[in-house]
Amino acid sequence: MTIEAAPPLATDVAALRDLESEAIEIIREVVAEFDRPAMLFSGGKDSAIVLHLARKALWPAPLPITLLHVDTGHNLPEVIEFRDRVVAEAGVNLVVARVEEWIADGRLQERPDGTRNPLQTVPLLDTIAEHRFDALLGGARRDEDRARAKERIFSIRDAFGGWDPRRQRPELWHIYNGRHAAGEHTRVFPISNWTELDVWRYIEAEDVPLPSIYFAHERPVFERDGMLLTPGPWGGPRAAETLSTRSVRYRTVGDGSCTGAVESEASTVAQVIEEVTVSRLTERGATRADDRLSEAAMEDRKREGYF
Amino acid sequence: MSTTTLSTVSQHAPLRLVVAGSVDDGKSTLVGRLLHDSKSILADQYDAVESASRSRGATEFDLALLTDGLRAEREQGITIDVAYRYFKTDRRSFILADTPGHVQYTRNTVTGASTADAAVVLVDVRNGASAQTRRHSALLSLLRVRHVVFAVNKMDAVDWSQDRFEQLQAELHEIARGVGLGDVVAVPVSALTGEGVVRAAPDWYLGRPLLALLEELDTELEDTAEPFRMPVQLVIRPRTAQYPDYRGLAGRVASGRVQVGDVVHASPSGTASTVIAIDTPTGPAEVAVAGQSVTIRLAEELDIARGEVLTTDDPIAVTRVLDAVVTWMGDAPSAARQRVLVKAGTKTVRAMLGPVTDIWDVSELRWTPSSAPLQLNDIGRCTVQLAEDVAIDEYRRLRGTGAFVVVDPATGATLAACMSGADLGALVP
Repeated sequence: MTIEAAPPLATDVAALRDLESEAIEIIREVVAEFDRPAMLFSGGKDSAIVLHLARKALWPAPLPITLLHVDTGHNLPEVIEFRDRVVAEAGVNLVVARVEEWIADGRLQERPDGTRNPLQTVPLLDTIAEHRFDALLGGARRDEDRARAKERIFSIRDAFGGWDPRRQRPELWHIYNGRHAAGEHTRVFPISNWTELDVWRYIEAEDVPLPSIYFAHERPVFERDGMLLTPGPWGGPRAAETLSTRSVRYRTVGDGSCTGAVESEASTVAQVIEEVTVSRLTERGATRADDRLSEAAMEDRKREGYF
Repeated sequence: MSTTTLSTVSQHAPLRLVVAGSVDDGKSTLVGRLLHDSKSILADQYDAVESASRSRGATEFDLALLTDGLRAEREQGITIDVAYRYFKTDRRSFILADTPGHVQYTRNTVTGASTADAAVVLVDVRNGASAQTRRHSALLSLLRVRHVVFAVNKMDAVDWSQDRFEQLQAELHEIARGVGLGDVVAVPVSALTGEGVVRAAPDWYLGRPLLALLEELDTELEDTAEPFRMPVQLVIRPRTAQYPDYRGLAGRVASGRVQVGDVVHASPSGTASTVIAIDTPTGPAEVAVAGQSVTIRLAEELDIARGEVLTTDDPIAVTRVLDAVVTWMGDAPSAARQRVLVKAGTKTVRAMLGPVTDIWDVSELRWTPSSAPLQLNDIGRCTVQLAEDVAIDEYRRLRGTGAFVVVDPATGATLAACMSGADLGALVP
């Protein structure tokens, strides 16, 4: 299959530059107003964009932000390799919270279904408390989920990390209010207003490096609940599941137990853009089992402190 | 970056749109319709809503379920909080704030409207203009939203009666005049069937459908005739081996334009120097325009910190007393002499509220003298005393540098959204 990507329209590039300026403004507010800011960095495309924007926001000064990765132990090796390479190149400090350490010392229990995605919340909150981070930048976008569509760019979390959608602060003009009581922290989402396609167009315009799993490659996969999963420590293939090698790519990066690949021939950014443009499935709907658990899966996890 | 590219940036900015209106006027359905008909709904979202509609016993696809993102919203069938939506047409991209209609959520309407270039106010043709229609129109006027479009909804329920539409249109123009809105447009639509939204409306309506209208509106960022303003967010000073002497003032241009060679003034400090370089996210540039995040380098090393506002030849006011129109958002009422924080642009200062002098009467559409404390969602006027000088514009003249928020110093809660200036234009009887 050959895919000829259309060049971005003038409107696309202009809209991107407006979103870029908005994100840089938000990141600069965080650096100016908080004492101990950190950035959630999973090695995924949204993290990569936020890091790229943060480096631009502070250029030519070094980035005064710690990166934080909650590692479920179920990540694909290509993603971890990418994470460490980017961190080394950017010369930033990385803190890794390993879910396995929490399981090992009994603070968390492995779940019967093998997924560690919901287990990330406790290590995240413990690590925020330990390092006394007062602001956490993240790459979440409002187009990902309808509960996310309700969240403010500056989002206050209580001492338990919880999000209360009924108690959100009004967000007025471009005046961001991140003040909070001791023990609380503020989560900040600079790319709230970006869509999946905006992210890909920006990656193209700025040549932002990504993990190789975002591009089509041959991989042995098995099918579960309509998703293509890679065999790994999270289990599978089970007896009734068969392994086959297919040309796939990932649309999101997450815990291997619940993040699926999609069949794809798109091996360049331009081809991915073409594919995303015509896709009839949302990014999370296509590849994230955790969001399919119930009608309010994301909202429920966010109330508990999940990112 | 060349200046040609910069002008392209400002001409095609996404339209930031707020959708307001009373409960049950069909806001969520309209938003769902815009997303659906602009093909922004993907198959899995569609399937999820279809099955949710069925499980709720609905016989038809419930567009509102696409947008009501919270469990409580879906259970009660109402919108509680602002949700943001994104959609694109061939001509433009849109960032849409879908705001709640209940009176108790007025603060969320202000949230959505404060950054909006345009507003769509839904009105149910069967009920006509409601108290909320007036309230939202007044808020949009106060907040100086550039374009206001009334979408007269549920036209299918009155057999697309031209008489009914024209009657309501006249009433809406009357309200618009009363609250000081400039040119407003009324469009007949049915969010349920989609007529008048993306598809054409009936023969008797000579205007364009709602979406076509929205595609052509200009945005605040396109207004380069405004005076230059840039609140300083950060002083960037790397002190690295590669950039030992770099010193730049980082910020986002709130209005107007600045170019290398311009003399810029910093307020409130009152210092001035010449721009020698502008660094943008895409490299050095000769010019920076409204909306751009940039770093400006000056000929001299002046004492300019976060909280200063850069201007060129048109000066900004520097003051310790603000006259303000206040929309109160605190759960507890305001109090005279209440100690608060004021955040204006990038500057936060200690402040004290003065007595309330007037309150906006939503049903009478006018200001009435009152010294009563402001309750949640009230709109009033008062003065605010500041502990330090602040550089601020009149909001009616410059939206970007004329607004401020009042913050509770103990909890950090946002207590009020405020517009600086005593001149309220047409809102004064």
